[in-house]
Amino acid sequence: MTFFLQMLVTGVVVGSIYGLVALGFVLIYRASGALNLANGEFVIIGPYICLILMTAYKIPFFYALIITLVFSAVLGLVVERLVIRPIQNAPVVSVIMATIGLSSLLGGAVHMIWGHQTRTFPPVFPQTPINIAGVIITPVYLWSFIVVVFLLVIFSLFFKFSKMGIAMRAVADDRQAALSMGMSVKYVYAATWMIAAVVAAVGGVLLGNINGLSPTMSAIGLTVLPVVILGGLDSVLGAIIGGFIIGILQNLAGGYLDPLVGGGLKDVVPFVIVLLILMLKPHGLFGSRRIERV
Amino acid sequence: MRNLFVRESGNYKTSYSDDMKLFGTTGAKVKALLIVLIVLTLPLVASNYWIGLFTLCAIASVGAIGLNILTGLTGQISIGVGAFLGVGGYTSAILTSTYGLSFWIALPIAGIVTALIGGLFGIPSLRLNGLYLAIATLAAQVIILFVISRWDSLTGGTAGMVLNRPTIGEFSLSSNTGYYYLCAIILLLTILYATNLLRTRTGRAFLAVRDRDIAAQIMGINLFKYKVMAFAISSFFVGIAGALLAHYTMIVSPELYNFHVSIEYLAMILIGGLGSIFGSILGAFFITLLPVSLSSMIDVLAAFAPDLYQLLSAFKDFVFGAVIILFLIFEPGGLAHIWINMKKYFRLWPFSY
Repeated sequence: MTFFLQMLVTGVVVGSIYGLVALGFVLIYRASGALNLANGEFVIIGPYICLILMTAYKIPFFYALIITLVFSAVLGLVVERLVIRPIQNAPVVSVIMATIGLSSLLGGAVHMIWGHQTRTFPPVFPQTPINIAGVIITPVYLWSFIVVVFLLVIFSLFFKFSKMGIAMRAVADDRQAALSMGMSVKYVYAATWMIAAVVAAVGGVLLGNINGLSPTMSAIGLTVLPVVILGGLDSVLGAIIGGFIIGILQNLAGGYLDPLVGGGLKDVVPFVIVLLILMLKPHGLFGSRRIERV
Repeated sequence: MRNLFVRESGNYKTSYSDDMKLFGTTGAKVKALLIVLIVLTLPLVASNYWIGLFTLCAIASVGAIGLNILTGLTGQISIGVGAFLGVGGYTSAILTSTYGLSFWIALPIAGIVTALIGGLFGIPSLRLNGLYLAIATLAAQVIILFVISRWDSLTGGTAGMVLNRPTIGEFSLSSNTGYYYLCAIILLLTILYATNLLRTRTGRAFLAVRDRDIAAQIMGINLFKYKVMAFAISSFFVGIAGALLAHYTMIVSPELYNFHVSIEYLAMILIGGLGSIFGSILGAFFITLLPVSLSSMIDVLAAFAPDLYQLLSAFKDFVFGAVIILFLIFEPGGLAHIWINMKKYFRLWPFSY
């Protein structure tokens, strides 16, 4: 029973980070209909900046984080302006490919600048694990869970009440109608990419605190795809809940079935779930259905 | 006899059979013959190293043409090509190394097995399109590679398997030149098949599905049949390419078929030109030769900065990504479009239009 609970709790906290990274995907998909496969690189660039600021320039964590987030916002803006906007009206495969190209480019750049060795974050959160009824939780996990829940609330309010959030929803719903109502779609796109890059950086910093930092961490960009499919590509709530579900299922499958097949199930189970979801309910749990017209 | 250099100056076709001719003018026939001759005589002039590279390019071209049939002609995105290459390679490896079958039987079987598996993973395409399909094919990639690396008794697990070069009777194609001829001939056959495919009912149905699948369905095209068929035909060629590649490198292992390979093949058809057979070949050559030229560039630069070798793989990734983005922004039609523009320019040459 304790084993089950431990797996469950680990699943929830890992899932919360998945949810956070998935949020970046969903934001961009909602606004511009593009799937950002370079999200994984967005996730690792942030913590590298943060780490350099903290170790080389001895800036306290909080200020380093602020600078990192500003930098990420600028990165998102530059990417949107230079790469995404010129191919806005290109077919889907071109947009996908552009983000893949971007991920290769950014990944290569990260490799060239910071090398391939794993770096560890200086301890930011308390190190002593918390023991709740036999289940062990590291404070980092707890913090990431809190951050994710906090961000979920913020974004729900943002989309419901703020002018920018409503503009984003309008643009996602019908770009032309939004344009003709006098909204600046360009501005909305730019803002979306900035927010998505910032969210990715937050996820990256948390992840870097848990596992240490190495260029291979960008693989989370692909790992998180099943989450967004499960939750529905255009649903913020779906991203978070999908993150929890995938995180839990992945850990349970890893814990119980791995000994049977010889390991590695953690990476495959999400994709099996994806295939099932796509066959049975292609728009995910919370995604909106689109009526197809000729 | 007419002057060979005379090109058609317009469209003067008066019958359908005229329009459908593969080689419309004597010039086109001579050109095709010349290309075949150049391909076949290349080993006489090129060095062994270059023949090896050209073999890789030819194999990649076969796979790229296969992918272009699916993505360029039928509009179904697949980012799982790497795994299908793997299925082809492993099928051939298992049949030749474990069961001792001849390469000449294993090669078509590898294609057929890949076509079956490709068709199976093509079934979701009926309900999915665009991004969702891309992710479904990515899932296919992950699942297939997992099965390959865990099915130890059949595939040798992560260690992989060792293969031999094919033989014709007593004669083994172990030299680069021999294998080059094999790949070049298969590439020519693939080109011929793909060109002809475009001119049939099936090819036109593919185009209709690409342009608007629901409209195509209303016009009486069986979507299920043609989508699965596109996946199967495409996977057949990818499987053949996988088997050829496996027998060329003489080893198969799961990490040779990872996500990066899928991206490379997608980049080939995008940089070459979506829906263009000639473009697929240009793209395959471009992407295959890009890392080679980067390596030689680094070799030159390393004389000044010896640290550069450590950066090589990262630098390749960086340039690869930059090239993809630049092509998408500045020449979405790809290399094939550049080629057509050049031809147009020279057709009218001293005049601008």
